[in-house]
Amino acid sequence: MTTDTETTETPKATPLASPSGVAPRKRPTGHRRLLTRRDRLTLGLMAGVPTVLHVALVWLTALASIALAFTTWDGIGFDSIKWVGLDNFRELFTTNPQFWPAVQHNVIWFVVLILLPTPFGLFLAVQLDKKIRFSRVYQTAFFLPVVMSMAVIGFVWQLIYNPDTGLINSMIGANTSGHYIDWIGDPDLNLWAILVAASWRHAGYMMILYLAGLKSVDPALREASALDGAGEWQTFKNVIFPTLRPTNTVVLVVTIIEALRAFDLVFVFNKGAQGTELLSILVTNNIIGESSRIGYGSAIAVVLLVISLAVIIPYLIATFRKERRA
Amino acid sequence: MPDLHLPSPSRRSLLRGIGGAAVLGAGIPLLSACGGSGTAADPKTVTLGSNGSDAVPKKAYAEIYAAFKKQSGITVDVNTKDHNTFQEQINAYLQGTPDDVFNWFAGYRMQFFAAKGLATPLDDVWEKIGGNFPEAMKKLSKGADGKYYFVPLDTYPWAVFYRRSVFQKHGYTVPTKWDDFVALCKQMKKDGLVPIAFGDKDAWPALGTFDQLNFRANGYDFHVDLMAGKASWTDAKVRKAFDLWAEILPYHQDGAVGRTWQDAAQSMLSGKAGMYLLGSFVGQQATDKTIADDLDFFPFPEISPEFGQDTVEAPTDGFMMSKSPKNHAGAVKLLEFLGTPEAEAIYLKADSSVVAASSTADTSSYTALQKKAYDMISGAKSLTQFMDRDSRPDFTSTVMQPALQKFIRDPKGIDSILTSVERQKKTIFASS
Repeated sequence: MTTDTETTETPKATPLASPSGVAPRKRPTGHRRLLTRRDRLTLGLMAGVPTVLHVALVWLTALASIALAFTTWDGIGFDSIKWVGLDNFRELFTTNPQFWPAVQHNVIWFVVLILLPTPFGLFLAVQLDKKIRFSRVYQTAFFLPVVMSMAVIGFVWQLIYNPDTGLINSMIGANTSGHYIDWIGDPDLNLWAILVAASWRHAGYMMILYLAGLKSVDPALREASALDGAGEWQTFKNVIFPTLRPTNTVVLVVTIIEALRAFDLVFVFNKGAQGTELLSILVTNNIIGESSRIGYGSAIAVVLLVISLAVIIPYLIATFRKERRA
Repeated sequence: MPDLHLPSPSRRSLLRGIGGAAVLGAGIPLLSACGGSGTAADPKTVTLGSNGSDAVPKKAYAEIYAAFKKQSGITVDVNTKDHNTFQEQINAYLQGTPDDVFNWFAGYRMQFFAAKGLATPLDDVWEKIGGNFPEAMKKLSKGADGKYYFVPLDTYPWAVFYRRSVFQKHGYTVPTKWDDFVALCKQMKKDGLVPIAFGDKDAWPALGTFDQLNFRANGYDFHVDLMAGKASWTDAKVRKAFDLWAEILPYHQDGAVGRTWQDAAQSMLSGKAGMYLLGSFVGQQATDKTIADDLDFFPFPEISPEFGQDTVEAPTDGFMMSKSPKNHAGAVKLLEFLGTPEAEAIYLKADSSVVAASSTADTSSYTALQKKAYDMISGAKSLTQFMDRDSRPDFTSTVMQPALQKFIRDPKGIDSILTSVERQKKTIFASS
C-alpha cells in the first residue's frame, strides 16, 4: 500500500519541499527583510507540516517496508522480528504459485487498458469535442463510472456475472447444471470478465483526460488544416494527435499506475482467486487480516515498488529534463 | 481508547484500523499512544470487545450482560466491532489496549495468542466452572502449556444438510457409509438433482469439505498433526483424502468457485440440490418457516471403520481475557458467569442456530435440529474447530484456500498442488 502513495506523491512533493528549505539560505539579505517573522512562521508551517507528514507517512513507511522485506515478523512485538536476508524473495520467486501469475496479470491489465479503453476514450473525446447536442449528458454518462467507488463497481459487476442469478447467465441460459459459465471462478475467464469492468471505467477516465487535451488544441490549427484541404481523419492524424503529445504522456503514466494499483475491483469481485491474482492482492492477503506474514508481504510490496520505480523514474527524468530545457 | 465513546463502532474500528496499518507499515508503536488515556480501573465496570455485530448475537449477548449486572452489580461495557473486521484486526487489537475480556474462538489460534503472552490464564475461573463442561470442551479451552485460556459459550456442528421432504419424495435414505453416500449422489444425479450444493467463492467452505474427508479417512490424530504442520501434505494419506474428494467432485454443483455459500445454500433450500455440507448456520438462510422446519442433517458418512464418525467439526465461540485487564477481579467474575448454564440458556434463547458448549445447560427449549446437533457434539470422541482455527491462519488463507480452489477446478493436478502446499507449509511453519 505504501508503494501506491509513493509513486503518486513523489513528483508533487519534491518541488514543494525545496523552495522553503533552500531559498532563504541562498539569498539571506534581500529576502529576510521582505518576510516578516509571521510570514516566515506561516511559510515554515505550510511547508514544514506537509514535509513532515510526507516523510513520515511516505518515506519512512516505504523504507520500513523495504527493511521488513528481509525479515520475518508476525506483527506481534518488535522482538519477534527476525532477519532472514533474501529468503522471502527466494521463496517468492521459486515456491509461491501465485507470484508469477500475479506479475503476468498486472502486465495483462496494463496491456488491455492501453489497447482497448484508452483508444476508445480518445474516440469518445473526439466525438464529444465536436459540440454535438447533449454533449454534457454524454460526458456525464461516460464519466460516471470514474466517480463511482471501485468497490461499488466490483459489486455491481459481480452481480452481473453471478453464475446462478447474474444478468449474463440468466439471459443466455447458462445457469443450469452442465451449462455453467463461471465468469467469476474460471481462471480462463475471470480476468477478462473483470477487465471488461475495469475498461468500462477506464474509458471514461481517458475520455476526460483527452477531452481536456483537445480543448487546449489551438482552433487555428484546425482551420489551417481545413484550408489546406485535409479531411477529418487526416486532420486528426497529422495535426490534432501530434499536439496531444503531453496528454498522451499523462495517459500512459496514469494507465501504468492504474495497472499497478489495480486492487479494489478484483478484491470485491473474487478476492483474487486463481486467474485474477494481482501483486497488490498478494500483499494484502499476506499482511492485512489474520495472516500477518509481514516480512513476506513486504517483500511482495518491494517487488511492486521496484516495478513502479522502473516505470516512473524514466518518466520523471524525462519530465525534469524538459523542464530544465524550458 | 475504550474511554472514548465514539458514535459508531465502524468509526472506532476504522480508527483502530488506521492505527494498526500505521504500526504495520512504519514499525512505529503508534498504538501505545492510545494507552495514554488509561484511567484507574472502575471496579464496577468490565470492558468487553465483541465480534457479535449481527443483530441476533448482539441482542443475545446484551441479555447475558444484563443478567450478569443483576447478579453481580458489575456493568459490562461492550465495544462491538464488525465480525470480520474484528478477526482481521485481532493482532493489532490485542497489542494495543484491548478490552478486559474479548470474544474469540477455541483452537490453535487461541493457543497462539496464549503462547504469545497476549492472554491471561483462566485456571482460577475454571476451578469454578470446570464441572459444567464435557472433557472435549476442556481440551479445547487449554493452551499449549496446559493452562486454561478460554471459556466456551456456544458451538455448532458441520454436517450434511438436506430437506426431509426431498428425501421422502425420492425415497432416499440417509447414508452412513461412504459407498452409500456415493450411490446416493449417483441416484440424485439420475433424478435430475444437483447431488451436492457447493459454493467456494469465499474460499473457506472447501476447507470444511477437506476437514471432513481427512478426519474420516485418516482419523483425528493425523488431522491434528497435519493442521499443526507436523505431518506432510505429500503423505499418501492426504492424497487418499483428495482421491475420495475427486470421486464425489463430479456430483458437486458446477461453477463452485464463482458461487457464494449463500447462493449454494439457496439451491439446497429450494430443492434443486439434494445435500449441502456446511455449518449449521446454513439454517439462517432458511427464512421461510416451513423450509426451516423441513431442514435436517446427518453426520458426514464413515469412510474408514477404524475411525467411524467419531470426530465432529464443531467450531466453538467463547471468551478470553486480555493480557493485562484493568479490572481483573471483575473480568474473572464475568467469565465465571459466562461459563454457567444460565448464561448459555440466555444466549440460546435468542440464537437457535447454535447449541450450548456446556453439558449442563438446559436443553428443553431446543428445536429438534438443535437437539440433534447437541447430541452429535456431546457424543463426539474428538472435536475439531475448522481448518482456519485449527491451523495457522497465514497458512490457511494464503496457501490452502487458493490451493483448494485450484483443486476444485482441476482435480487432476493434485500432485503438483500438494507438492507446492508442502513446500510453502515448510517455510511458513519454520518462521516462528
